[in-house]
Amino acid sequence: MAKQNLVLVGNGMAGVRALEELLALAPDLYRITVFGAEPHPNYNRILLSPVLAGEQTLEQIVLNDWDWYRTHGITLHAGKRVARIDRARRRVVAEDGTEAAYDRLLLATGSNPFMLPIAGRELDGVLAYRDIADTQAMIDAAAKYRSAVVIGGGLLGLEAANGLRQRGMDVTVVHVLDSLMERQLDASAADLLKASLEQRGLKFLMAEKTQALLGDDGGRVRAVRFDDGEEIPAQLVVMAIGIRPNTALAEAAGLQCDRGVRVSDTMQTFDPRIYAVGECASHRGIAYGLVAPLFEQAKVCANHLAEVGVGIYSGSLTSTKLKVTGIDVFSAGDFTGGEGSEEITLADPIGGVYKKLVIRDDKLVGACLYGDTADGAWYFKLLRDGRRIGDLRDTLMFGEANLGDTGHSGANRAIAMADDAEVCGCNGVCKGAIVAAIKEKGLFTLEAVRKQTKASSSCGSCTGLVEQILASTLGGDYSAETKKKPMCPCTPYAHAEVRAAIRDNRLTSLAATMHFLEWSTPNGCASCRPALNYYLISTWPHEAKDDPQSRFINERAHANIQKDGTYSVVPRMWGGITNPSELRRIADVVEKYDIPTVKVTGGQRIDLLGVKKEDLPGVWRDLGMPSGHAYAKALRTVKTCVGSEWCRFGTQDSTRMGIELEKALWRMYAPHKVKLAVSGCPRNCAESGIKDVGVIGVDSGWEIYVAGNGGIKTEVAQFFCKVKTHDEVLEHAGAFLQLYREEGHYLERTLHYVARVGLDYCKQRVLDDAEGRRALYARLQDALADQPDPWHEPAVAKVDLRQFEPLAVELV
Amino acid sequence: MSVDWRRICSIDDIPVCGARVLRGDGIPDIAVFRTEDDRVFAVRDRCPHKGGPLSQGIVHGARVTCPLHAWVIDLRSGAAVEPDIGATPCFSVRCVGRDVFLRSDELMRPAAVVASVACGA
Repeated sequence: MAKQNLVLVGNGMAGVRALEELLALAPDLYRITVFGAEPHPNYNRILLSPVLAGEQTLEQIVLNDWDWYRTHGITLHAGKRVARIDRARRRVVAEDGTEAAYDRLLLATGSNPFMLPIAGRELDGVLAYRDIADTQAMIDAAAKYRSAVVIGGGLLGLEAANGLRQRGMDVTVVHVLDSLMERQLDASAADLLKASLEQRGLKFLMAEKTQALLGDDGGRVRAVRFDDGEEIPAQLVVMAIGIRPNTALAEAAGLQCDRGVRVSDTMQTFDPRIYAVGECASHRGIAYGLVAPLFEQAKVCANHLAEVGVGIYSGSLTSTKLKVTGIDVFSAGDFTGGEGSEEITLADPIGGVYKKLVIRDDKLVGACLYGDTADGAWYFKLLRDGRRIGDLRDTLMFGEANLGDTGHSGANRAIAMADDAEVCGCNGVCKGAIVAAIKEKGLFTLEAVRKQTKASSSCGSCTGLVEQILASTLGGDYSAETKKKPMCPCTPYAHAEVRAAIRDNRLTSLAATMHFLEWSTPNGCASCRPALNYYLISTWPHEAKDDPQSRFINERAHANIQKDGTYSVVPRMWGGITNPSELRRIADVVEKYDIPTVKVTGGQRIDLLGVKKEDLPGVWRDLGMPSGHAYAKALRTVKTCVGSEWCRFGTQDSTRMGIELEKALWRMYAPHKVKLAVSGCPRNCAESGIKDVGVIGVDSGWEIYVAGNGGIKTEVAQFFCKVKTHDEVLEHAGAFLQLYREEGHYLERTLHYVARVGLDYCKQRVLDDAEGRRALYARLQDALADQPDPWHEPAVAKVDLRQFEPLAVELV
Repeated sequence: MSVDWRRICSIDDIPVCGARVLRGDGIPDIAVFRTEDDRVFAVRDRCPHKGGPLSQGIVHGARVTCPLHAWVIDLRSGAAVEPDIGATPCFSVRCVGRDVFLRSDELMRPAAVVASVACGA
């Protein structure tokens, strides 16, 4: 098939990013032509401020050099402005007469700086701050002239003023309001910022309205006059009072525009052959001016251009950072607060630190940080995720580092870490390797870093730290992951959406689910298939057919694969109790099958390591003990102490309670592994405090704790409830676990599930609603009722026994 | 000398989206895969990363994900999918009806050959 023609108008960050995403998906679909008004290849506009300040050079901020266009066979018309779009004949025409035909057209015309409509704005030395030419003109002026005035005390204006000051000019910032960066900062933070910039030698005229610019005889600006008649000298005037989406071309072509060029959730304009991304586009009435949303738009647009056709853009939350070296400002969300919201503030004017967090309905909705912004990315994540913060509230202000070191990884650590410090312990990746990959390969997302370096791709406990390194390496370019995380690259849908679709549409097979949700791969991948299989069998326990080929090998072979390809076998010992007959059989099996290692586990069982796969059925048969499910995302062990039967301190029969729990819950598959413990007194010898469900006997009954974890991120279980009888323990623990089974995302431990939905929610469903609790427990019992033991009923459990016999070949 | 194709099994002996291990004296284990659309591939049962048994991985499309550290191997070439680098040797496969054949000379002298044959065609 002949290639189609794709024309991009606007050779900037958003448009070229869309091309990069498109080339990754469908490298050969289009013949691509690019028009750019500037005579440069695509560069990083965000970094113009460091260039102005003399901290970087123009060469350093080029994102795609000329070679990139050549390598990808892209025709680039740099320095040619497009004059019109002929939609009827599907051509664009440049001012110099160059024409290009299109099958698909992508508009990324960006925005124009807004210039005050005042006398003198046409004088020499009056500039906007938008592109390389403006930056170069400012650098040249700084070498020749003394006084500069920057009109506009917003993000861009302050960066311009700082840059000019760095280059030795005498700079006055004129702002029409009495508070700087009013769209990003509240008054307290703005005051601190102003004081700090004043210390650097900037002057401010607040609440001043500019009336006219006055010129000298040579036609160059010489002074600025205000409404009150006052004049100040200026041989350079920079207007940084805002931008307007550049819609002229689109409007002339009859495309609907409001604030910008109107686009749908698929980034298409009124004419479906024409797409728009970036600052020129208006999505649901919002035209974004920050880089992260533009990249998200580019991704969706490329997805549709590549004819994959599954991406949806549903808007972005944004955060901003001021790029003035040495001054740290961060803001995100609604930091003004107001009706129905609460504020937590920390102010240290002498130390130059100010932090304000705005909370509404138990969720963080805004953050404004000055001086210490290390936790900006963390707050932004909490904000985007919409996570309930009730449990963090007391320490929220003190940042992520204050939560403890393990697991989530303190925010301050990324910057302080040495290059050779190890970030990802699973894959042995140090900080330097991650930073190098980000810079050299031009990575912007966590997913890309994972793919390239493997950091955080195994246990995931260093994810927070890797995100921090991304944020600190990229600064404002960091395109934080969107709130909605797709389950895997095969689908744009998140876990929760997939679960809901399976439930609401009564999907009972993998094929039906993938078809219904328009999976982009024919039969998924190694991460989505096990998740889908679990969702199906946990939602429709009797209808859905288990697919062993969609399970990880451990759940297919019902043993735990080891590094040398052999397996480990852990028979179930109810509550950690065994007897001479079991021990003899274990000893016999070890000798008969020549098993190299026998180890007592932390879960009070015995692990036989190094079993050959072909021997597994024989080992199971000869052991004559139930499967311990030590290999499965399922109930593992119920650890117990000896309890009141023997212990002189014991208040309850914890062993019996543990055995009852284990017998009620074994064979229970779950989103992740589930570990229980029962202790007979608060001395807690069974370590109930770090289990998914921990039960502690007290004189008057049983206390139940949930969502503890002794693994990657040690977390103490939270008190759930206190009950009197064994049956109540079974019903409450079972109902909680069934709730987790029904709502947890695959590979999400109870700890993370409870953190996501909130402990209060779990209490409401299990404790407050007695009928709901009984229904949950009944559904669990119903699901477990006909579950086979895979070791002893392989046919019922659909264990493919052929896997234990190699195919033979004889070569003579 | 004519090529000696050795019958290994029927395609029905291999689970759909699964694999069997082929074992013989003097040859390394070979993983024989069957994809969802009944293509059969044979590669050495050893991940180029840390030697994991590829036959135990999850098969998706014409790829398998190694059970040890989730490297993805393209069964058509034996090569690891980017950004990982490495390859495991491939074997020629011929399907006649439901029968699956491998070349005895390749089994004795494992060579890196690209192999892809649709069964039942």
